[in-house]
Amino acid sequence: MKTICLYFEIHQNIHLKRYRFFEIGKDHYYFDDYENERGITETAERSYIPALRTFIEMAKTYGKEFKVAFSISGCALELLENYAPEVIELLQELNATGCVEFLAEPYSHGLSSLKNEDVFRDEVTRQAKKMKELFGKKPTVLRNSSLIYSDDIGDLVARMGYKGMIAEGAKHVLGWKSPHFLYHCNQNPNLKLLLRDYKLSDDISLRFNNSSWNEYPLFADTYMDWIAQLPEQEQIVNIFMELCALGIYQPLSSNILEFIKALPACAKQRGIVFATPSEIIARTKSVDQIDSPYPMSWNDEERDTSCWLGNVMQREAFEKLYSVAERVLICKDRRITHDWDCIQASNNFRFMTTKPMSVGMYRGIYDSPYDAFTNYMNILGDFINRVNALYPSEIENEELNALLTTIRNQGDEIEVKDKEISRLQSRLKKYEPEAEAEKPAKKAAEKPAKKAAEKPAKKAADKPAAKRTRKAAAKPEATPEPEA
Amino acid sequence: MFGWEFPPHVFGGLATANYGIAQGLHAQGDIETILCLPRPFGDEDRSACKIVGMNSVPIAWRDVNYDYVQQRIGNIMSPDDYYRYREHIYADFNYMHVNDLGCMEFAGGYPGNLHEEINNYSIIAGVVARTEQFDIIHAHDWLTYPAGIHAKQVSGRPLVIHVHATDFDRSRGNVNPTVYSIERNGMDHADCIMCVSELTRQTVINHYGQDPAKCFAMHNAVYPLAPELQEIVDKRLPYKDRKEKVVTFLGRITMQKGPEYFIEAAKRVLDRTNNVRFCFAGSGDMMNAMIEMAAAYGIADRCHFPGFMKGKQVFEIFRDSDVYVMPSVSEPFGISPLEAMQSGVPSIISKQSGCAEILDKCIKTDYWDIDAMADAMYSLCTNPALHEYLQVEGKKEVDGITWEKVGERIRRLYDQCLERY
Repeated sequence: MKTICLYFEIHQNIHLKRYRFFEIGKDHYYFDDYENERGITETAERSYIPALRTFIEMAKTYGKEFKVAFSISGCALELLENYAPEVIELLQELNATGCVEFLAEPYSHGLSSLKNEDVFRDEVTRQAKKMKELFGKKPTVLRNSSLIYSDDIGDLVARMGYKGMIAEGAKHVLGWKSPHFLYHCNQNPNLKLLLRDYKLSDDISLRFNNSSWNEYPLFADTYMDWIAQLPEQEQIVNIFMELCALGIYQPLSSNILEFIKALPACAKQRGIVFATPSEIIARTKSVDQIDSPYPMSWNDEERDTSCWLGNVMQREAFEKLYSVAERVLICKDRRITHDWDCIQASNNFRFMTTKPMSVGMYRGIYDSPYDAFTNYMNILGDFINRVNALYPSEIENEELNALLTTIRNQGDEIEVKDKEISRLQSRLKKYEPEAEAEKPAKKAAEKPAKKAAEKPAKKAADKPAAKRTRKAAAKPEATPEPEA
Repeated sequence: MFGWEFPPHVFGGLATANYGIAQGLHAQGDIETILCLPRPFGDEDRSACKIVGMNSVPIAWRDVNYDYVQQRIGNIMSPDDYYRYREHIYADFNYMHVNDLGCMEFAGGYPGNLHEEINNYSIIAGVVARTEQFDIIHAHDWLTYPAGIHAKQVSGRPLVIHVHATDFDRSRGNVNPTVYSIERNGMDHADCIMCVSELTRQTVINHYGQDPAKCFAMHNAVYPLAPELQEIVDKRLPYKDRKEKVVTFLGRITMQKGPEYFIEAAKRVLDRTNNVRFCFAGSGDMMNAMIEMAAAYGIADRCHFPGFMKGKQVFEIFRDSDVYVMPSVSEPFGISPLEAMQSGVPSIISKQSGCAEILDKCIKTDYWDIDAMADAMYSLCTNPALHEYLQVEGKKEVDGITWEKVGERIRRLYDQCLERY
């Protein structure tokens, strides 16, 4: 029984505004609000909303026979929350039908997996938490930004406890192997890999409306015939694309949604079923390991990271960005962490590419890669200054960590002691009313007894006070300790 | 081919372009070029073309002996040619200011009586056109258009004119009517118009009312650096060792080149940093105004005006520069960014220049967008990665722009032109 795994990426870049170098240090707001609002509302209206409505309709018609998976980047989620909350509502409605799975991915849609393990972990955790909040289920399958995958990343993701990951079925990695099987990571067999069939995926996302394509016009039954005609053993067909493919890359006027709508019926006629990534992982055995010592992705003809890190400018920006990673992780300032997410997004690096493009390249507000680089470095310069202002750059990271740990430990200690104080004080209160109550009854006759009762109470009151002063004295002593 | 100037006696960009085109055509193998110059000095490179000195072509009969001619003009052309031309004098020009050889003197360059020289040049062109055998006439810039038209009328061969600049670029719209009429007349008579850029082509089409079908963009190129210049350029200090960055403007300090935008941008950069210096290499009518402007902004200590640069000095300036800026308001082509990039200096050029059409590995801004220009300068002075990328890739790109390729394209247009004729 052949199984189709449909997956859609929802990601929109938070656009950076035109930021000149003389604004460094003066202006800490980096975003182009107008473009962000315009971009996301346009995408929502032309693509997300009609596409999600179609999926809901399909889920209602076919019930559990139709399955689909999504992943949403944190940046996109923020934009949707701000400007197009109806998309989230539609996603929740679709979620309620029970035929959807949401995947984990790095919050920023950035390249942290290639550079900094801690940042990657942090990002994924935050995004997964958000998925849990919105859709009630913690993701068990992960997809990295633009399907970047290498052996090391696989190992890291497995250690984070994910059961599966989706990746590109890149020819240079697969060789003679077919993407129509389940594979596993060569570092850790517990991490299963679903590989994208780029031919079948691109037929929809790139070529559907291309009238010079020899298969144009493409109909759902022809498409399903192709899948049905695959060799008997090849059971899994992974069709992954961006959700914008439906409506933006391929306009709605091309009837792409009608095509999608017809897929389940045509599949049923041919005995083909749909499943989500985790279902496939649960019920299928992996046939082999995948060796990918170098990172691969779903971008460009090369399917590697060259469109983000191909030239010296991109690498410079990338190194500079992650040079402050550890400090940003320590930092609890919400504005800094938010800006950090936005400037990490891979799109910012994509704008700086100097690769010759066969198709027209979208560069946002920039008219050349140099312009994109200049603007990004200005923003990054300001951002790094802000981080350094919080934690002076002369202090080594380790030292800083030690200091922060000391402060945190002291905080914990103070908390414990505060509890102790309040406990003792409440006990003291218990004693006092008793003493008061005894007073009128025993009056003058028991004067020495009263004095005796007062004494322990005084002692109890003195004790925490003494403690507190001792602590206050200890504090300044404790801080310089690690420096020495 | 009719030209006005030729290296090594350079007055403007025209000379280098003439030389390049001559070399490019020579590289085609089967093209012979006769280049007419008003006043050659005898030390020109004659490997690619035969040079005819218009000041030694007789227009009035004089009976002079061989040795005398040899002694007088031997360094420019052979006495045999003199006699050959003498056979083809077509009218009595004794009323003109002719010398003892029956020739007219030229001051060369761009003297005050330029219009008179242009006229004389075209009279002599009639003699040359009657003497020589040729297939096509190629006239460079408006000074030689009358000569080209004359030669066309005499010989009946097709006329190609090469527009290196128009009066619209030089005057920002306030054209000199005499110059305009000469330009317009030349274009009207031409069978093919080659413009140094698409920008110029549009001017020719829109302001001179020419048929777009006979106008073609023919971008210039550069010659690989001569070894002695390469040597100068190679002495550049590595980026990281250059504590003070130098941003250079090179060209005539006139309205057309947009020097005031350079100062405005410099001001913005200097508000932020103080390890950048700005160099104005060149002279022109706006020089004093620019010095005053720098002083008024309080950045005069960081702006330097070394004056007009030529030959080697240009490359010494490039060697010591980190950024080259050409903020031209209107530039038909602009060959100096190519030379800067050849010398390993990343360039910022205005989108209103012709060379922006063929360059990719440089930063392009609108000339009026001072903020963008300042941002680009600052970025190149502070980001080693961007500087390195543009330095390396820019050089590679310019190395691919050769006169041989231009020669090939000109050749193709010649063929087309002859086919139609």
